Amino acid sequence: MAMGKPNLDIFAETLLSLARSDRDVLVVTSDSRGSGRLSGYAQELPEQIIETGIAEQNVIGISAGLASAGKKVFAVSPACFITARALEQIKNDVCYSDHPVRVVGISAGVSYGALGATHHSLHDIAALRAIHNIMIVVPADSLETREAILAAYAAPYPLYIRLGKAPMPDVYPASEPFRLGTCARIRDGHDVTYVACGETVPVALGAAEALAAQGVSCRVLSMHTVKPLDEQALVSAARETGAVISVEEHSAHGGLGEACATVLLRHGLHVPFDLVAIPDEHLVSGSQNEVFRHYGLSVESLAATAMRLIGGR
Amino acid sequence: METSERTLRLKSVSYREAILRIISQAGAGHTGGDLSAIDILNVLYNRILNVSPQTASDPDRDRFVQSKGHCVEALYAVLADRGFFPSAELDTVCRYGSRLIGHPTRAVPGIEHNTGALGHGLAVAVGMALAGRLDGRSYRVFTLLGDGELDEGSNWEASMAAAHYGLDNLIVIVDRNGLQITGPTEQVNALEPLADKFRSFGYALRQVDGHDIPALVEALASAPFERGKPSLLLAHTVKGKGISFAENQAGWHHRVPSAAELERAWAELAAQRAALEGS
Repeated sequence: MAMGKPNLDIFAETLLSLARSDRDVLVVTSDSRGSGRLSGYAQELPEQIIETGIAEQNVIGISAGLASAGKKVFAVSPACFITARALEQIKNDVCYSDHPVRVVGISAGVSYGALGATHHSLHDIAALRAIHNIMIVVPADSLETREAILAAYAAPYPLYIRLGKAPMPDVYPASEPFRLGTCARIRDGHDVTYVACGETVPVALGAAEALAAQGVSCRVLSMHTVKPLDEQALVSAARETGAVISVEEHSAHGGLGEACATVLLRHGLHVPFDLVAIPDEHLVSGSQNEVFRHYGLSVESLAATAMRLIGGR
Repeated sequence: METSERTLRLKSVSYREAILRIISQAGAGHTGGDLSAIDILNVLYNRILNVSPQTASDPDRDRFVQSKGHCVEALYAVLADRGFFPSAELDTVCRYGSRLIGHPTRAVPGIEHNTGALGHGLAVAVGMALAGRLDGRSYRVFTLLGDGELDEGSNWEASMAAAHYGLDNLIVIVDRNGLQITGPTEQVNALEPLADKFRSFGYALRQVDGHDIPALVEALASAPFERGKPSLLLAHTVKGKGISFAENQAGWHHRVPSAAELERAWAELAAQRAALEGS
């Protein structure tokens, strides 16, 4: 798969084009315009960026106040900080008060690799899934990122958009319309389904391609909206392929995988299932790619997981 | 005493009665802080804020955020009096299914932001003030903080931003009653020298007796205290003010009066009303 731009770059480009034509678009950020690829935005539109310094609680509180007055606010800060230090502000000032802030968690998951657990956000999906009134969006590639930002701009409700910074290949089928609250079937198949989100989607797609050579047909869903989950697509996938593997750059606790497992069980679908995620342990050090490989978020390991699940067939 | 001052002071007596009625029927509430804040709320809603039920969604309306959300009974008493919802609804506070819960929410007409967790209101008010400036609107943003909640570091982050952006459309009022749930603020986590702290954070600061109605009117009407700076009104108050046995008692932070205490409170408030009507 040919590598494209990082989703973070697509986010910044899309936001800049929106902000050029709508003065109500504002970025609020915590000394992280550089990390958010927003230096160019800040130079071109200095009136449309609010800097708080290194103060994430302030980012969200101020964003809520701006949104209450009709501003279209993107609160941009590393995912690890904005969804932990400012979690109470997200919960109360954005979600509970229903001020439509778009919280953009940048360099999410283990994007920061060897910088350690302070900089990892493996809790964010779990934490926000338990908070009422926030949509969780985890785009995989350029198209999903662009469409998610455009949809978020138009959405009158709170959202969390989780972005990585690695270059991503294009995986989204150009023919399929993007809609928040659904997922994209980026590869069809009938033996097993990978349900992935964000930067793990190309890994799952790679596993599906590798398995095709062995005569195994895999469906791949890019579950770009993790909450609310596209239950219908998941249930159909389980019924039609008979086995499901969730794949995510997040703790095994409380993320996409557990969300999928709950849906399957509640629909009485006791299909072979596995959850591939970051285990509950002190993480191995390394780059994002090395951490992925260490915990089975690799093409080879995902393919082996699929073979194990469908081995009896 | 001028008529307008007498009118406001009579309102304060009525509000204190309403607060005690709400708390006794709900079986819960924050008596002490309600009574320290009520004169401030009275002046805000009856003399300062350009808000009304008819203009509740006017983009040019003044904004008020009550950061010390636990003192919601005081806010409900004032909002009902100003016609934001029927006074009869005050009997439903904290009842099953009521929209009048134990902290402010936007489900209630006239309330701009949900509070309850401390240390949140100021940053939100900063955002509202920034939006007003960006849009060239004339509205002002008022927020009321308790002194105990100043322990929360988020207030100081927000104060830095207010000064950094020179938000002179922001008026922060601190209800300095000196007590928090455990005891005196100076014993729990010392705040003094508080005025110096606020000044050093970039506020133009004034101090006032938070129960002196004309002084509150004069101070709040004079905001901004200085062009280019956020204003801070340090209102020195008495927790439990107006009910002798509740005054300056940390134990009255969220105590519900007994039947006997209520009788004494009604008598004291009736005497206050009679004195005002005779003055």
